[in-house]
Order: sequence, then structure tokens, then C-alpha cells
Amino acid sequence: MNVKLLFFLFWLPVAGFAQGFAGLGGTAEGFAIPTPNPVFQFPQDAGAHPDYKIEWWYITANLKDAQGTDYGLQWTLFRSALSPKDGSGWSTPQLWMGNAAITTPDAHFVTERLGRGGIGQAGVTTAPFAAWIDDWLFTDTQLSATGPDFGFEMILGDLGPTVFHGKGGYSVKSSSGQASYYYSKPFMQISGTLALPQGDVAVSGQAWLDREWSSQPLASDQTGWDWFSLSFDDGAKLMGFQLRGDDTYTSASWIGPDGTTTPMENGDFQARPLDTVEIAGRQVPTTWQVTLPSKSLDVTVRAMNDAAWMATSVPYWEGPVKVSGSHQGRGYLEMTGY
Amino acid sequence: MTQVAFAALFGHWRRNPMQLFTLLAGLALATALWSGVQAINAEARASYDAAAATLGEGQFDRLTRRDGQPIRQETYILLRRSGWLVSPVIEGRLDGVRIVGVDPLTAPGRLAPTAIAGTGDLGRFIAGQIVAAPDVTIDGAVIDPSIAPQTAIGDIGTVQALLDRDGELDALIVARDQPIKQANLTEIAPDLRRRVAQSGSDIGRLTDSFHLNLTAFGLLSFAVGIFIVHGAIGLAFEQRRGTVRTLRALGVPLRVMIALMASELMGLAVVAGAIGVGLGYLIAGALLPDVAATLQGLYGANVSGTLQLRPIWGLTGMGIAVGGTAVAAGGALWKLSRMPLLAGAQPRALAVVAGHGAKIQALVAIGLLVLAGILAVAGGGVVTGFALLGALLLGSALALPLVLSMVLALAGKQAKGAISSWFWADTRQQLPGLSLALMALLLAMAANIGVSTMVSSFRLTFVGFLDQRLTSELYVTADDPAQAAQIVTFASTRVDAVLPILETNIAIADFPTELLGNRDHPSFRDNWTFLAAAGKPWDRIHQGDAILINEQLSRRAGLGVGDTVAVAEVPFEIVGIYGDYGNPTGQAIISRAQFQTLYPDVISTRFGLRLPPENVARFVTEMENLIGLPAANSINQAGIKAFSLGVFDRTFTVTTALNVLTLAVAGFAILMSLLTLTAMRVPQLAPAWAMGLTRRNLGALELLRTLLLASFTAIFALPLGLALAWVLLAVVNVAAFGWRLPMYLFPADYARLGAFAILAASVAALWPALRLARTPPADLLKVFSNER
Repeated sequence: MNVKLLFFLFWLPVAGFAQGFAGLGGTAEGFAIPTPNPVFQFPQDAGAHPDYKIEWWYITANLKDAQGTDYGLQWTLFRSALSPKDGSGWSTPQLWMGNAAITTPDAHFVTERLGRGGIGQAGVTTAPFAAWIDDWLFTDTQLSATGPDFGFEMILGDLGPTVFHGKGGYSVKSSSGQASYYYSKPFMQISGTLALPQGDVAVSGQAWLDREWSSQPLASDQTGWDWFSLSFDDGAKLMGFQLRGDDTYTSASWIGPDGTTTPMENGDFQARPLDTVEIAGRQVPTTWQVTLPSKSLDVTVRAMNDAAWMATSVPYWEGPVKVSGSHQGRGYLEMTGY
Repeated sequence: MTQVAFAALFGHWRRNPMQLFTLLAGLALATALWSGVQAINAEARASYDAAAATLGEGQFDRLTRRDGQPIRQETYILLRRSGWLVSPVIEGRLDGVRIVGVDPLTAPGRLAPTAIAGTGDLGRFIAGQIVAAPDVTIDGAVIDPSIAPQTAIGDIGTVQALLDRDGELDALIVARDQPIKQANLTEIAPDLRRRVAQSGSDIGRLTDSFHLNLTAFGLLSFAVGIFIVHGAIGLAFEQRRGTVRTLRALGVPLRVMIALMASELMGLAVVAGAIGVGLGYLIAGALLPDVAATLQGLYGANVSGTLQLRPIWGLTGMGIAVGGTAVAAGGALWKLSRMPLLAGAQPRALAVVAGHGAKIQALVAIGLLVLAGILAVAGGGVVTGFALLGALLLGSALALPLVLSMVLALAGKQAKGAISSWFWADTRQQLPGLSLALMALLLAMAANIGVSTMVSSFRLTFVGFLDQRLTSELYVTADDPAQAAQIVTFASTRVDAVLPILETNIAIADFPTELLGNRDHPSFRDNWTFLAAAGKPWDRIHQGDAILINEQLSRRAGLGVGDTVAVAEVPFEIVGIYGDYGNPTGQAIISRAQFQTLYPDVISTRFGLRLPPENVARFVTEMENLIGLPAANSINQAGIKAFSLGVFDRTFTVTTALNVLTLAVAGFAILMSLLTLTAMRVPQLAPAWAMGLTRRNLGALELLRTLLLASFTAIFALPLGLALAWVLLAVVNVAAFGWRLPMYLFPADYARLGAFAILAASVAALWPALRLARTPPADLLKVFSNER
């Protein structure tokens, strides 16, 4: 199987993910562009926005089993439109990619699916809500995925409040104004069974849903990002990211235990790599110092398992982290463009 | 000083441009042959691999409908959503072109990227771009040489629309890695059947057999090439012993001498190698379209007919030239380094040193031949077959000088008279110097006999098989049962007989088998011959309790006449085994009545029609006009036969061209050796001349000697070539194809080949003999005055 070759052929000309993640800085000719002061409509906005070039339903979860062992779980559905013009059946330009992973303290399992829109293989409906590719499913109550060597079947409990990043869900990505629509559900209750080579493991914990769509989320000089979703033991949460380019652009949301969200300005949130490891032939920083002076936050974020490399068509690093320092907690780290 | 020494050494070539030419030409020719064969092989393999990947045939399990009907697209989605990683395929014909629809996102292997590579853009591919082989003309299609001839690939949606088959699929390819949890296939799609990938018997193995033949040729040309390089280098050294002695006497250090000669030879090797690779490219370019057509015709494997420069065979070609030169020069330089400063400028007779080496050579030869015998008895796979070929050829080549020496000794004993005795003795004495060239000739001839025999045997068998199997004059295929009924109505009043073909895919003894239901018709009783049969097989078949199987199934499942197999849980006795050349899968035949009882759902959509051959064309036109059945749906038996014969003709073109080339190279080797010997021969011939033999006589005797040696070699090559053919047909072919080809003999061909080999040897010997006949008497006299 040489899906990688396929994907290079696939994404390169359409400025999707691959050219490193720098490809996200391509032009958005013909696609809709996010504009400030959005008004979100639910359930419609939980579904797909085919006028926009890319979109994702991104779930990460920090889990524990009965013995207290930590696990990380990821379920992602990407939508990518090859062109803004519409079509039906096989001729729709909407392509879907699913990524799923489980990270244990000493192993990382990853798999992916690719599919076509328009024929029922993959898509999102809003009433009732369901996002799927093949047999993978995400609804208001379920989350499941399978791969050649692992799988999971999870139940979602209380979904918690929805929080909007940036200015009311309009999340700016560079000083020249590139932006996306971005909201999260960082307080979802999750429990269920991980199917691992050594057997089934019952786990429970908290999951974080990110919904984001845009047509041109990065500036042309930006080559990748480091994204943090941290849940502190006191119930507060932090979403922060930096986009690496000629200048580093940062953005963050401080989320109180009740879901009240404080957006941060460019530069407030700081992330500094402390240590890198070599994974898949690349130098990847898996230990970070993260600071947010306005909240007296100065923590060390350390990967639970350095090997959480997503060896998918568009490779990146995504895995659970542990937080220590001024605040204690857990979370997820995503690093692209290394 | 170094420059002057180099100028002196190199001056030899200026004074003897012909020698420079023969050295360069010999090296270049050997390199050309090797790299040409390599090029053809590399190219054919590369395109074949791409084509096989394009269509994913035989590599992956496939799901198809049990009743042969199209799979509904909803079934595909249901399977995907139940955890089955399958990818849809639709196939059809559009104006005679095979058009295949694939889904690039779910397709396993290199299937879709091959197609995408043509457009370079998934978006355009999905939006409707067709990617086609160079020989296909579809408006707006992108040409991609890696796609099978007469094939076009498009997105599944595009092809559905083109074929007007929205929502339909023909097969689902099953990815090798499946998720840990998935629904049971029989529960979610009970109408689908999983056809397991044919491991070990896929088309790749079949085409490998053809490549084996080419590889055999490549190996032989390599061997011949090494011999010739050796000969050429030997010549360059022997003829310059005088110069070397003089230069050293003038004070050029031995090390400088060796370095100079080595670098000079390497320079020449690089030049000759480059010329050879260029020539090889031309040879390959000329032959490749024929090879491509041969592979396609024989095995349905698709090879593009265009040649791309691939560094690998260019490099191996240069490697042969430079490496061969280095090996040959190494020995010569070693001798040079041990040569006393003032050693005689005349080369010593080689025979003196030959005695000790001959014993070792004999032992090695016998060892190899014994090994060949053991391998022949042990049998086994393709690798064993090739080991057997190698041992047989090398053993025989090494044995040749010994056999020739014995023959000459025997002839010498029979000789009457002084001249005759001297002639035989002198021939024996010359043998060591010529043996390398004669070995090359032996190998070239044996290869030619072997490969010609194989190809000709294949042709005879295959044509006979076509006559037997394609008994009807015309074969038509209906697209659906309604059209099938239309065809029957239309044809029954216009032709002598309509023979419906009932077929379905089953497993017999766990091997995938194509089961045919056969109507009782004199066509079959008249035309079929069996490899093995019990009584009157057709009578038994139509009694309903018997079955015929093809040789492939018989060999694979170890089934023979008299064995019982189960079809749909009903026992059938095997009453005959038939040859089924070119078919990679098993096949079995039962009576039409039994077939309909066991598989009532299968409806004939293919028919054999009997009608006078001259009416076929008119009938096809009528059928097209009156019931709209495209001409592409009918197969004209005469057309198939003409096509097959065309394929063989192209195979012969390739074989003949390689025959001529190998023999030409062997001829060159003889020329080299004789030129080397001529200079050394003068001291041996001078006494004969002094005793009264004229120079003309001596020249004639030289020519006769070469003719005799070449003839003996040719005679020796015949059994070796036939043994080679036997190995190819009965060992390699069985291992690669699953069937054994009967071996036929073609004495006229062998005679022609022998004559050609002797002609090549004579042409090679002519010039040295003429030179000898024109040796100035003063040179011959000098021998006596220089006598120490």
C-alpha cells in the first residue's frame, strides 16, 4: 500500500494538508472565507460547511483504566473540498479522511481511512447529529473506530458547555488576518472500551471536541503549529496554539470551570520547547514550557509517550501530555510541520 | 618520460588501426548484447509491474456477485460501513477499448496512483479525466505509458457515466489489512462471493517465464561477452610484448609500464562500453515492441512498447565492459610483471602451460555435469531449473576443450601421411588458444538451438490447441440475459449451430476453477484431444457422472484420470485431462444438463456459433446492424488464430535477432583468438614452410582447421542445445506455467543454425588465413636466423 504517494499526488495540487502543513497557506479562490462577528446556528453548524475548503471534527480524550493507567484517544474526521463547485454522487469534490489513535504509556496505535463524499461512505448529518467514515462513528452518544490492530467503542455522557475561541468563534491565525471559525466542547464525559492487542480495557475520562472550518487558515510563511489543550486539576482549561512562521503568532482561550472563556491576545500565550526527541527521522519537541502571565501560569508540558507520531498520509504528532509546575493536570498536544 | 612511454605504447594502435577496431568492436558488441537484453528485460518488467498494479489483478481478493450480475453501489457502502475495507471497480468496453473505473481513495496497492500519475491531479481525475495507454485514442484523455495497451482508466463515477451504468459496480477489491472488527460477509452481503487472490499462480509468474527465456539469453550473452573481452585483451598484450620489452630495456620502470597499460585499457573499455550501451539501447528499442506484443498476446500481460532510459542496465553494461576488461587485464598484467626484462619478444606457445590447468578444468566440468544430472532428476521449481541450466551450460563449455582434444587425438591416430599427422597435431596444439572462443561459439549455438526449439514447440502446440479449443467460427458475448435471448433468436436461423457456453467460478479440491457446461455436439468429439483419457470421455460426460479437467488443475491438485472430485457436493469421476495453454487458472467441464441441474441460476451470455468461415464477417455486420450487438462483443476464431500466429512471428523476430547477434559475437571471439595466435604461429609454421608447404597451403590449412573446430563445436552444441530446450520445456515451464510443453525437433532449423555458425567461424578465420598466406618469406626465414 502506498497511500503516501497517493496523498502527495492528492494534496499537493489542491493545497490541502501535505506540502507539510504549510500547504494550508494556499489560496482559497472560489471558497467562502470566514468573516468577523459570526453568528453560529445549531444544529446546522455542527454539520459540514462544504463552501469552505477544509473542516474537522476533532476529538481527543484523556482516559484512565481501573488501575489508574493513563490512556490517550483521538478520533478525527477531516473534510477537504477539491474545488468549490458542487457535484452529486461520485462527482462531488468533497473528500473525507478519518484518523484514529490510542496512546498508552508504552505504545501508540494509529490508523486512517479515506473516503468520497456524495455516496454515503463518509459525511455528517445534523438531525440527529452523526459524523462518520466507513464504520467509524461520532454521534451525541457514541464514538467508535477500528483499525487493523486496535479499536475503541466509547459512550459520550454529558457533553458540557460549548466554548467559542477568538472573537466569538472567529479565530485569527496570523497578523495578516487569516482566520477560521473555531468552537470546542472541552468538557465531554466519555467512557467505554479500548480494544488493544493485549485485550479489552475499560476506561473513562474527559474528552475535548474541536470544530474548525476555514478556507485559508494559515499565512503563506507559516509552516506548522503547536497546539495545546490542557485541563488543570482545579477545573480550569487552556486552549493555546502558536503558529510558526517568520513571526510566531499565538492565540489562546482561558476556560473557567463553568465554561466562561477569556480570549488572549497574540503574544500573551508563550510556548517554548525544552527538549526534542527524534521520531520518524524528525526532531520533535515533546517537552514544553508554557506560560500565560495574566493567569500566573508557568507549567512544563511533557508527552505521556514520545512515540505518539501519527504516521498517516499527512504525518504529524498528536498525543496525551502531563502538566506540572504552577498548575497540575493533563491534556493533549498536537504538533504539525516537523 | 611517462608521456613518451605512453605515446610509444599507444603508437601500436596507430600502426594497427584494425586491431584497435577489433578490440573496441568486440568489447562494444559484447556490451551491446548484454545491455540490450537487460534493457528489454528491465523495461518489460517495469511496465508489466505497473500494468499489473494498475489493474490489481491476482494480487487482491475480489468480491463479485454469485450470479455474475453487477454489484449495487449500496452494497459497497454497506460493506464499508460494516468495517470492510473494499474498493469498487467497474469495467467495460468502449469502442473496443477496455475501460476500468477505480476509486483512488480506497483502492489498495498502486492501483489508483498509477492512474493519477497520468493526470498528476486527483481533482482532475475525480472530475472526469481519463488516463489511457498510448495506443488508445479517447478525446481529452491523458496518455500514460504505464497503462496497459488498449486500456483506459477513469474515476469510478466517470466510468459509470461513460458506460451508462450509474450505481453499478463489477467487483470489490478486498484490501489485505482489515480492521479487527467487521460484520460477517455472509450476513451483510449473502449474494457476494469472495474470490481469493491466486497466490503463486498469478500472471506475474507467467510473464516471469518469458523473462526467464530472455534472462537465459542475457546470461549467455554475458558469458560470450566475457570470453570475447578476454580474447581482445589477450591480443592487445601479446602483440605488444616487443614494445614492452624495448621500453623496459630503455629504462621505463615496470610499475609505470603496468599503470600505463592498465589506464590505457580502462580508457578503451570505457569508450567501448559507452558505444556498447548505446548499441544495446538501439537493439532493445528495435526489439521491445515485439517483446511487448509477445507478452501481451501470450499472457494478457500488458507491456508498453516504448523504451525508457533506465540507469540500471546502462550501468551494468558499463560494468561488464570495464569489469570484464579488468579481469582479463589483471591476468595479463600479472604475467607482464613476472616477465624477465629481456624475455623473448615472441609469445610462447600456449600449449605448454595448458597441461596442468586442463586436469582441474576436467574435474570442474565433470562436477558441474553431475550436478546438472542430479538437479534434472530432483526436479523442482524455477530456481532449480535455472541452476540446472547454469550447471549444464558451464559444465559443457568447460568440457568442450577436453572433448575436442580427444576427438583430435583420435583423428590424429587415423591420419596417414606427414602433412595430415602434422595438421592434427598442430590443431591440438592450437586448441588451448582457441578454446575460449570455441566455448563462446558452443554457448551461442546451444542457446540458439534451445530457445528456437522451445519457441517452435510452443508455436506448434499452441496452434494445435487453438484448433481444438476454438471450434466455433465465431464467439459472441451478450451484455445481459435479454440480449442473450435476442442473439439466440437472431442466430438460430442464420447459422449451422448455436453452442451456448455455460460457465461459473467454483472451487475444486480447494483450487479456484472455471466450470463449463458443455453441449453434446460433434464439434467437440471431432476436435478434442486429451493428454490423458479413459475410454470415450465425451460419452461419459454426457451420461452426467463424469468431468474433464485441464492440465493446470490436474497438476496443482494432483488429480488424475479415475479420481473423483465434488462439484456442488455431487461426485464426478475424472475421465479426461486436456491441455489448456495460456490459461492461468484451473478449468473443468461437465455436461450441460448436469451444469443446469447444479447451477440453475447461471444463464449463458456467451455463445459459440458454427457457420461457414466466409460468412463470418457478413454475419457480424448484420448482427451489429439488426440487433445492435457491437462488433467488440464478437470474437472471430480466424482472427484469434491470425493474432496468435502474429504473436509467434514477433517472438521469432526477437529470437532470430538475438540468435544472429550471439553468433556474431561468437564469430568475433574466434577472430580475436585467431589474430592473437597468428603472430605466435609463425615460428611453428616456418619449419613446415621450409619443408615445402607453400604459404597458400598453410593459409588453406589454417582455414580448414578453424572450419573443423567450428564444426566439431557445432556438433557438440546440438545435444547441449536440445538438453537446454528440454530443461526450458519440461522443468522451467512446468514450474512457471503449470504445464509441460511437448518437445518437437526441427532438424532443418538446426542445420541452418549450424551452417550459420560455421559460416561465422569461416568469416572470422578468413582474414587471419589470408594474412598467413601473405606472410613475407623473409619473416618465415627470420625464425631460423633468430633461433636461440
